[in-house]
Amino acid sequence: MIPANFEYFAPKTIEEALQLLEQHGEDAKILSGGHSLIPVLKLRLASPGVVIDIGRIAELKAIKVDGSTISIGANATHAEIAANADLKTHCPLLAETAAQIGDQQVRNRGTIGGSLTHADPAADWPAAILALDAEIVARSSQGTRTIKAADFFLDLMTSAVESDEIVTEIRIAKPEQPAAAVYLKVPQSASGFAVIGVAAQLKVTNGKCEAASIGVTGLAPKAFRASSVEAALVGKTLDEAAINAASAKADAEADDAMEDIHASGDYRRHLARVFAKRAVLAAAAKA
Amino acid sequence: MKISLSINGTSYDTDVEPRLLLVHLLRDVAGLTGTHIGCETSICGACTVMINGKTAKSCCVLAVQADGAEVTTIEGMAQDGQLHPVQEAFWEKHGLQCGYCTPGMIMAVCGLLKDNPNPTDDQIRHGIEGNLCRCTGYQNIVEAVKYSAEKLNAQK
Repeated sequence: MIPANFEYFAPKTIEEALQLLEQHGEDAKILSGGHSLIPVLKLRLASPGVVIDIGRIAELKAIKVDGSTISIGANATHAEIAANADLKTHCPLLAETAAQIGDQQVRNRGTIGGSLTHADPAADWPAAILALDAEIVARSSQGTRTIKAADFFLDLMTSAVESDEIVTEIRIAKPEQPAAAVYLKVPQSASGFAVIGVAAQLKVTNGKCEAASIGVTGLAPKAFRASSVEAALVGKTLDEAAINAASAKADAEADDAMEDIHASGDYRRHLARVFAKRAVLAAAAKA
Repeated sequence: MKISLSINGTSYDTDVEPRLLLVHLLRDVAGLTGTHIGCETSICGACTVMINGKTAKSCCVLAVQADGAEVTTIEGMAQDGQLHPVQEAFWEKHGLQCGYCTPGMIMAVCGLLKDNPNPTDDQIRHGIEGNLCRCTGYQNIVEAVKYSAEKLNAQK
């Protein structure tokens, strides 16, 4: 499988990349690690005339934890996020999710910015990004805007990133109770993509749930916040009955369920409920 | 586009189409056919090489992305006619049958043992999850990884 031919640029700065993007417009695609775009090029699902490789822009790689904010550069690889000691302490959900993506080779090359922009409905990052209520920073030559995770995933393989924009950074407010979090998935056994993935970030005081945010990937054409589960948990003592009742609503926000040879829509809905329950139980146990 | 990179310590300056995949550069331009092409969809791991010391699936990397990089393939493992300890371990423990996955598997194992010199069985199985073997059932590969770890640790 060989991609169609294209013109290639490897800018060293964001400004240079944005200028190239403005110049080539809809005909250009952004390449970072290449683990979303290159398979698409090889299958010729896309044949852009121009590929702009942002992989050499060093400033997009930084992972910073200071004060109340975590900032992850769009070019940070899954492996770098999985191994980052600050993230393990201040936001273990990120490191734990990164470690469950694909396999080591994929994690060594694939980037968080690329994966999010690609918006694969079975990708792992969306669940965690939603559960952490992250903001995605996108830049164009016109300026910078931040997009809330809840507004970022629009549809199957469609994110809110415009064709003249580059995702530069993911910003997350440090969770109040970092340890009370978990990402659980059912991996598709060949690709490792999530048949279902559920990320939960809780705040629990004396067994009582004070805050809950749950992200679900793999079920619907776009990842979503399981708001019904969250509403049913907040204010409750996290006993098994309360968690059962709440997690039964894990598919409530999914109007459509995806179906393929790996899992029917009904089975995916079932898995979402089961894994929401397991995720909340596991996160509560770590609180 | 002109690129220059090091493959197994040898410098290559070459002019490539931007769409050329690294695996094709290795096999067709450099003539290093030890790196195999399997699934071509970044799942099977047969094409695994090291780029700047980190494992990567070379069917999912453009040659131009490797401009300036140091690439190591299976041909770069043996030194002075002596098999690398991981190669020797696959030989000793019979960690292969048809051998198609073996070059990629050995590169992945080198990456795994670099990060974790004493992996548990579970960590070994997870560490090579990006490399599919359709012959062995993995048991002898896991044995070979353990033997490799012993050999490499004894060298330190």
